[in-house]
Amino acid sequence: MPQSSVDKPTMGSKPIVGTSKGYGERIVEKLLAGCGSLSVLITIGIVATLVVETYHFFSEVGFGEFFGDTQWTPLFANKHFGIWPLICGTLITAFIAMCVAVPLGLLAAIYLSEFASERVRSVLKPALELLAGVPTIVYGYFALIVVTPALQQLWPELQGFNALSPGLVMGIMIIPMVSSLSEDALYAVPRSLREAAWGMGAGRASTIRRVVLPAAFSGIVASVLLALARAIGETMIVAIAAGQQANFSIDPTESVQTMTAFIVQVSMGDTPSGTTEYRTIFAVASTLFVFTFIVNGISQHIVHKQRRMQGH
Amino acid sequence: MSETGQIEIKDLVAGFGSTEVVHSISATFKPRAVTAIIGPSGCGKSTLLRCINRMHETVSIAYSTGQVLLDGQNVYAKDVDAVLLRRRVGMVFQKPNPFPNMSIQDNVLSGLRLTGTLKSKNAKEIVEQSLTQAALWDEVKDRLKAPGISLSGGQQQRLCIARSLAVSPEVILMDEPCSALDPIATARIEDLIRDLKQRYTIVLVTHNMQQAARASDQTAFLLMGELVELSDTSQLFTQPRDSRTEDYITGKFG
Amino acid sequence: MSGKRPIGELLFRGACLSAVVIPLAVLGYLIADVVADAFLRLDWSFIESYPSRKAEKAGILPALVGSAYLIVVTAALAVPLGVASAIYLEEYGGKSWWSRVVEVNIANLAGVPSIIYGLLGLGVFVRLFGMDRSILAGACTLGVLILPIVIMASREALRNVPNNVREASYGLGATKLQTIRGVVLPLALPGMLTGSILAVSRAIGETAPLVVVGAATYISFLPEGLTDDFSALPIQIFDWVSRPQEAFLLNAAAGIVVLMSVLLVVNGFALWLRARLQKRLRR
Repeated sequence: MPQSSVDKPTMGSKPIVGTSKGYGERIVEKLLAGCGSLSVLITIGIVATLVVETYHFFSEVGFGEFFGDTQWTPLFANKHFGIWPLICGTLITAFIAMCVAVPLGLLAAIYLSEFASERVRSVLKPALELLAGVPTIVYGYFALIVVTPALQQLWPELQGFNALSPGLVMGIMIIPMVSSLSEDALYAVPRSLREAAWGMGAGRASTIRRVVLPAAFSGIVASVLLALARAIGETMIVAIAAGQQANFSIDPTESVQTMTAFIVQVSMGDTPSGTTEYRTIFAVASTLFVFTFIVNGISQHIVHKQRRMQGH
Repeated sequence: MSETGQIEIKDLVAGFGSTEVVHSISATFKPRAVTAIIGPSGCGKSTLLRCINRMHETVSIAYSTGQVLLDGQNVYAKDVDAVLLRRRVGMVFQKPNPFPNMSIQDNVLSGLRLTGTLKSKNAKEIVEQSLTQAALWDEVKDRLKAPGISLSGGQQQRLCIARSLAVSPEVILMDEPCSALDPIATARIEDLIRDLKQRYTIVLVTHNMQQAARASDQTAFLLMGELVELSDTSQLFTQPRDSRTEDYITGKFG
Repeated sequence: MSGKRPIGELLFRGACLSAVVIPLAVLGYLIADVVADAFLRLDWSFIESYPSRKAEKAGILPALVGSAYLIVVTAALAVPLGVASAIYLEEYGGKSWWSRVVEVNIANLAGVPSIIYGLLGLGVFVRLFGMDRSILAGACTLGVLILPIVIMASREALRNVPNNVREASYGLGATKLQTIRGVVLPLALPGMLTGSILAVSRAIGETAPLVVVGAATYISFLPEGLTDDFSALPIQIFDWVSRPQEAFLLNAAAGIVVLMSVLLVVNGFALWLRARLQKRLRR
């Protein structure tokens, strides 16, 4: 071997029979494999935690009451356990957020993908991502301290805790989710399609409207669904600015309580564990989990189907 | 048995998934000599080469049957570790691929370091010898610590050769090593191959017939996964035994 | 196209541009407002004081220290485990059925609301493992929260290592693990580090899981060990925002500025580190 002389000496010290894997290497590979299953363990942990306590909850409070009652007052003397006010609160704030995020996010995506130069895009795209990087507690502060008083100047009937203000702020926060993924979808539309439309004399706007958007449609829908799931799962903005009154109404000027905010309320308090009141947070969390799981699942399914169609 | 690096292939069949690429090839390559494998693209030359050091099986859908004997030992035997095999049968790839995060000298030593077989007191000597054998020493001896990728294409390929030599293999497989290089770099590597064959068995896949004629002692002509002819180079190019060989070397198809 | 663009075109383009500018302007206003309020309260005594019933005396020190502890332990848990998972999934996993299940699972976990991770922490770490409301429980919870992010970023970094580098290593007779350790990991390191730091910075700003796990909002001592009660920056801010007295709102603003400064430093560090490591590789 060149390790000891210039000429190539005879071999004889390099058998090809045997194993190259030392004992240590085998152990490391087993450890790595264990880590690979970690994420599955986490999912099992989440599901198990939720299911166990929710099961106990439903053995004390029937399905009928949970899904039938329209009042949610588990912490009051006169207890009602109807989930609908919380679902209502969640959906109203999420809806308002989507009303802001979808149009703005989509238009922003169109600007970045169709109109902006490479240089402008390289600055504006990360800038938009900043919106997603601000902690939600900061947005919550903003909703309560700045947005609500500002809106109250326009609508004096708006209460101090309401659904409109956190909804709007949530919308701003999730714009990057819509814009980033929609932009990817728009970007993936082949240039030839656009050129075909331009060649026929169509202007930029109508090309986008009639050719590019429909082609990117499923990607855009997937991004909207992801943003919706995010809005449904948002906690701090609504916990701070929407209040703690679980009203079963669709009036955005009133206080509402979302599923997430209720969980926070109970956690901050001193409800003893093992009680039905305590178990409500798990039942509510299970409901929340089902919602986000379904919405995320549909979104992923759309992406998966799109990829299959494109032959990935 | 003497370990001269003789390669013998027996009834080798290889493919990917449901596509068979190499259809039962048998051949013997002379040790300490250069054997060139030529043929039109897609004829299975690279696949055949990669079966010799069992690199073929690193692709998940790849399969192979048959035997490849290294000095009489079947490398596909059950108790053989392919990793150990590759320390005796080295490979140089089509596109030079020095490790981008390593200096020139670290690249040379990388084979030994990765496998944990480097004795540090020999390190400097190994670097000089390997680079000298690869005809690169004079050009880089003053900048051994420079990054491997700072070299030109031809130099990078010689660096890869030095890297393979440092592990002291018996056989070196070269998969179209010059196809990404300019003619001058190609010529230098062909000279290098002629020097190396004194100590190593070399199997050279090339799509360039002139290169095969210049650089090899034996030539094998592959067509659509079959070994058409294996003869001494001078004979194959002047008096081919098979008409298909003659058609190929006279350019009737390519 | 004809010389003069129709007015509809221009309006549309303008609308699209405003869709980008308006949110940024809103964000800018938000930050300016917070900074202006914080200016009235933020000084060294704020950073060095403990919480108090009197707003002017209340400070952020335990929350700051708590966050620091949390960051370190969370990173120590999530980064090695996440990188190891990514290595296994990317280098050993292949295209088997199980790999596909794990991949879908990780994508799902990334979409689970953070408060549900808090409930996982409550049920498993606080109760089942008996960690009680300690820094360790909080860090485990946050670690589990950011694990999918670390895994995804690390897998991306591993995928970006060109395959010919692995081939070269195998060709020299190195085993898979030797190849990973000697060649693949060093090349994937910049991406992995950056991704991990960004994931940890996400954990710094998380409030909801810590609320559920039981971070305290009024502690008068600094945590000293992993089993101590703890507070954290976002928790303290949340507490102050929830108080009716306006003086506490100034504290909240000051706390927000401290939080955002920490995030700025951490993220800036991540970006600098990535640029530096990439330059070193490219040289």
